[in-house]
Amino acid sequence: MDLTLSERHRALQAALREFIARYGHLSPPVGGGGGRKRPDRKVLDWQALLIEHGFAARAVPRQYGGYGAEPDVLDAAIITEEFNKAGLSLGIQGQGIRMLVPTLLEVGTEEQRRRWIGPTIRGEVIWAQGYSEPEAGSDLASLRTHARVEDGHFVINGQKIWTSSAHFADMIFLLCRTEPDRPKHLGISYLLVPMTAPGIEVRPLPTMTGHATFNEVFFTEVRVPVDQIVLGRGEGWKVANVTLKHERMLLGDSAKLVHRLHRLRSLLAETVVEGEPLLQKPVWRDRLMRLQGEVLAAKYHQMRLLSEAAQGQAQGQAQGRDSGLGLLVVKYYGSTLAWRLAALAVDALGDAGLPYEPHDEVAEDDAATAWYADWMYDLGLIIGGGSSNIQKNIIAERGLGMPREPKINGSA
Amino acid sequence: MHFGLSEEQRLFGDALRGFLAARVTMEARRAAAESSSLAGFWNGLTELGLPGLLVPEEHGGAGLGLLDAALAAEALGEAAAPTPFLGSAVLAPLALCLLGDPAQQEAHLPAIAAGRVRVAVGLGALTGTTGTCTLRREGERISGSITGLIEPACATHWLLALREGGFALVAADAPEVRIRPRRSLDRLRPLADLDLAGAPAEWLTAGDARRVLDAGRVMLAAETLGAARSMLDQAVAYAGQRRQFGRTIASFQGVKHACADMAAWLEPCRAFLWYAAQAQDAPDPEARMLACQVKAHLDEVGREVARHATEVHGGMGFTELLGLPFWFKRIAANRQLLGGPERCREEAAEAQGLIA
Repeated sequence: MDLTLSERHRALQAALREFIARYGHLSPPVGGGGGRKRPDRKVLDWQALLIEHGFAARAVPRQYGGYGAEPDVLDAAIITEEFNKAGLSLGIQGQGIRMLVPTLLEVGTEEQRRRWIGPTIRGEVIWAQGYSEPEAGSDLASLRTHARVEDGHFVINGQKIWTSSAHFADMIFLLCRTEPDRPKHLGISYLLVPMTAPGIEVRPLPTMTGHATFNEVFFTEVRVPVDQIVLGRGEGWKVANVTLKHERMLLGDSAKLVHRLHRLRSLLAETVVEGEPLLQKPVWRDRLMRLQGEVLAAKYHQMRLLSEAAQGQAQGQAQGRDSGLGLLVVKYYGSTLAWRLAALAVDALGDAGLPYEPHDEVAEDDAATAWYADWMYDLGLIIGGGSSNIQKNIIAERGLGMPREPKINGSA
Repeated sequence: MHFGLSEEQRLFGDALRGFLAARVTMEARRAAAESSSLAGFWNGLTELGLPGLLVPEEHGGAGLGLLDAALAAEALGEAAAPTPFLGSAVLAPLALCLLGDPAQQEAHLPAIAAGRVRVAVGLGALTGTTGTCTLRREGERISGSITGLIEPACATHWLLALREGGFALVAADAPEVRIRPRRSLDRLRPLADLDLAGAPAEWLTAGDARRVLDAGRVMLAAETLGAARSMLDQAVAYAGQRRQFGRTIASFQGVKHACADMAAWLEPCRAFLWYAAQAQDAPDPEARMLACQVKAHLDEVGREVARHATEVHGGMGFTELLGLPFWFKRIAANRQLLGGPERCREEAAEAQGLIA
């Protein structure tokens, strides 16, 4: 164990602190759950400032509009930690930036990279992700939205669901079946489709948070040129897995948990009931301390995984030598814990926390509404991106080597 | 930055695991549970250098740190090993290093490193014990009673904490002492009650006794982690063999999810333990908070794992046929030793200045 940072990483930390002191007041607000609307001027300006200083799109090459630094997991962790500590926005976190950009960098054509990466990282082009369908959730590869080829175009028909941001997105990256005669994983293609194409209909799907963040998207004879495909026909599942690999390398976000624990501690210290702050009542203090133990485990676990990933990166591997099981538990552990932290907050707010008045702007939400929005949105995060039940299958099968459920006759 | 174990630490862990796998067989555990005789086993650990792990090199030890000791404790927990490691190899040398004077260190540390001195510990004065602790200093002598002395079997000395601060080191063969051995829930870690009537003692008073308690809590957390990881491994292995309804029970989602939950609770504990152990050696303002929290957290995780791993074994887990209760009871007893989770969390809050 040697926890000292290198000269270069200390310099990055110093640069971050200077940046935060100088520009921190320009940050848009954070928290309150979910991207609710198109980035406004303030968000776009902040994003441009972050890219200019190398705190967003850091490892995206310069020719595509990024900062052009060598990829380094510790850099990313240090940036995240400093911004979280200061309570500042890390910039636009949409699915275009988190998922599509790294995917194009790995498997996109030169033309696709030049066309899409720059506008995406600047927040000018907003992407939705077209994966889940009403009948294809956890079993994603059984998706039924399909496309046939006709005069140099894919012609798409079908339906997607749980599509965040579709109501203001410019583009959607879409998994659909183009090779109906091939086995289910090998019949899927990954298409890039403008949301303005004729035949696309977006219907908002109200969620429990009361914010319009989810949609259903219907495709009726939607046409896109055949070159709007990433890799080849039938290779969409492979592309989707490239994307997932990048998502897994994000390692969860223990900084979010640490930051939330601090907010929770302040809430308990400031909430006075019958003349005494909740923090001074042993029942409440014990609940906070118990959660702190779980957050500490998440925090040091992430440091371990980061360190292993950094060593793996130095040796040209995608992940650390010993990280297998450690990586697999991150999403399940972190999302459940985030929800439980918010759950203590809503308990502390008590009956006075019940007025729930969400706004389209996160900054306009009062504290109680923001905690409740977090609490409900985090339940969505427990379900989305591979629900907890699916995560537990993955942990058991890939992490512990337990056998898969036997296939039922007739299912692929 | 390197957050993780060094190559030496891995090799040391492997060597210790190899020794324990060969020596701590189920027969050995059963024999130790009946007889409380550890002598042969302890000689083997002495050859591996375990008693001298924390003893400075100038006194014949290896001069290693609490992280190394925690890795040893984890391996011992994994093996559900009967051993006086906690008192003899960790708390006694640490108390001498932190609170003893040079003459006391010279007198005892080499004998500890050589495995000749074995020390049982009674820290009830510091831990909020639910038992008795009426120890008091009378000049150079000590009187009073204490229950729940840890690892008394084949101890040559007792290390006893006093409410007014510091430790008394008492020779176990002093005539002014009456000892009553108690069989414990964890048969592999027996206890004893002690009455002292003006027994001669050496006094270790030159430092903060709470740091010794902190280290003890980290060791118990490490042991519980090792024991719980072993229980999960045993549950996964058993589920892979046991067949019902024409398939292994490991292929049932109900069983898989129970095992996945255990893995998700346990895996993050490893790095937490490493960090908390390392912090005890450094002048780290969070060291006490971390020691309390890592103990409390592993007490909770351990209890859940012990229960669910037993459940996966079905009726076999409830019987002693497979020996699973040795691990279950080690985890259950560790939870109560040196302060349970509620006590530890309250001390963690205090250490952070959260209590007005």
